[in-house]
Amino acid sequence: MHFTINGQSYEAEPDIRTSVLDLCREHLGLTGSKKGCDHGQCGACTVLINGRRVNSCLTLAVMHQDDEIVTIEGLGSPEDLHPMQAAFVAHDGYQCGYCTPGQICSAVGMLDEVKKGWPSHASADLTDVSFDNSEISERMSGNLCRCSAYPNIVDAIREVADQSGDEALKPARQPAEAGA
Amino acid sequence: MKTFTYERAGSVDEAVRDSSAGGRYIAGGTNLLDLMKLQVETPDKLVDISRLPLDRIEEREDGGLTIGALVPNSDLAADPRVIAGYEVLSRALLAGASGQLRNKASTGGNLLQRTRCYYFYDTAMACNKREPGSGCSAIGGFNRIHAILGASEHCIATHPSDMAVAMRALDAVIITQKADGDKRRISIHDFYRLPGDTPQIENVLEPGELITHVELPAPVEGARHLYRKVRDRASYAFALVSVAGVVRMDGGMIASAALAFGGVAHMPWRNPAVEAALVGKAPSAQAFEAAADALLADAKGYGSNDFKIPLARRTLIASLRELTGE
Repeated sequence: MHFTINGQSYEAEPDIRTSVLDLCREHLGLTGSKKGCDHGQCGACTVLINGRRVNSCLTLAVMHQDDEIVTIEGLGSPEDLHPMQAAFVAHDGYQCGYCTPGQICSAVGMLDEVKKGWPSHASADLTDVSFDNSEISERMSGNLCRCSAYPNIVDAIREVADQSGDEALKPARQPAEAGA
Repeated sequence: MKTFTYERAGSVDEAVRDSSAGGRYIAGGTNLLDLMKLQVETPDKLVDISRLPLDRIEEREDGGLTIGALVPNSDLAADPRVIAGYEVLSRALLAGASGQLRNKASTGGNLLQRTRCYYFYDTAMACNKREPGSGCSAIGGFNRIHAILGASEHCIATHPSDMAVAMRALDAVIITQKADGDKRRISIHDFYRLPGDTPQIENVLEPGELITHVELPAPVEGARHLYRKVRDRASYAFALVSVAGVVRMDGGMIASAALAFGGVAHMPWRNPAVEAALVGKAPSAQAFEAAADALLADAKGYGSNDFKIPLARRTLIASLRELTGE
């Protein structure tokens, strides 16, 4: 089977039952993505497939041979951090760090969803999302942190959203701005 | 996980042919793989339908929408036509699962996720749904999340979908293709089965029958939409009780009402008597109580879930207040 992960080509012949998570960790040496529950409940395994965040434990590698998979290793490196990684460090958005790769991949995918105008359960108006911190909490509910670093995780994501300058990522708009 | 053979279908015709010899379809896989890991599901063959061209949402001439079975839950919830005409569906989808799961889960797969409870998952416990004839551990066990309507002595599990509850309120029609190539249209009201003495059979699909599309009729003009979900935490939890409502008011009277309920039964629940108690009446506490009486006339608790009966009453009444602008 042929896979494209973090822009690199890989050949592997995993057992047909192998998840994308186990492919990365056990066959390709990409151990950044973590196995928490292995049932899609904790989000520690979150990766981006064709730009969308998914639970890599709940999808078969064989089904993703033609797809672009991005793991935490593909977002940044210790020498060249992704802005979301830098913000998690700056805001201490973790304690043990086990959920962090999944949190960061999820946050990156989540901000792209907001930029596309996707609403959430926290959106009062489904056609005009005001991206305040309740939106961040709701949209990140698929990523658990047993150290409960949630306030700092929200702060880190807030900072990346604010620094992007993207209109869609701004919190509650003032009436004057809304008309602009 | 038990091993299996794998085929990727190139077309709908090929898929139904491949599946007719004992195969199971896989699209998003978020429920199926979860259950395969526990060997609750043990298919011999997976037919991968995820690349079939069933991922579009199209407007029909009659004003309705045709939704491809592979449209992911995320995309369906965010579609401007769905938000504009069927807000209850967007709201229900967004109240379900997590962002990661909604990105993977398909429209057809959401309808077909297993009706389940924690005893279904626990292979050390008796469960008539997992192993017919073995008994029901939930009856007399911990049954906080279980059904209060339509259950049987064999199974008291609930259908976990939020989307399907909205689909019932919207009178959705499920389009399928059978193994012999025949297509059929199944109203969502006829799609699901109550547990009876065969709780392992959850819907009317025949072996190998594939959901290809879901049709929504034209939106009800001027209706107010609501999806109210009560759960144990604010996000990413199954409903204890949920209400999907589409209500149209005319001259201070309730002109039409479609109300469906989640978290209370083996399938998304709808009872015409609830709506009959409301249509043609002005909104009032009395009318709302009568609707709740109709909903809960045959409700039965199993101990830990007794609270769901008053909770369903209050959730319905709160929903009706909002829907009728009282």
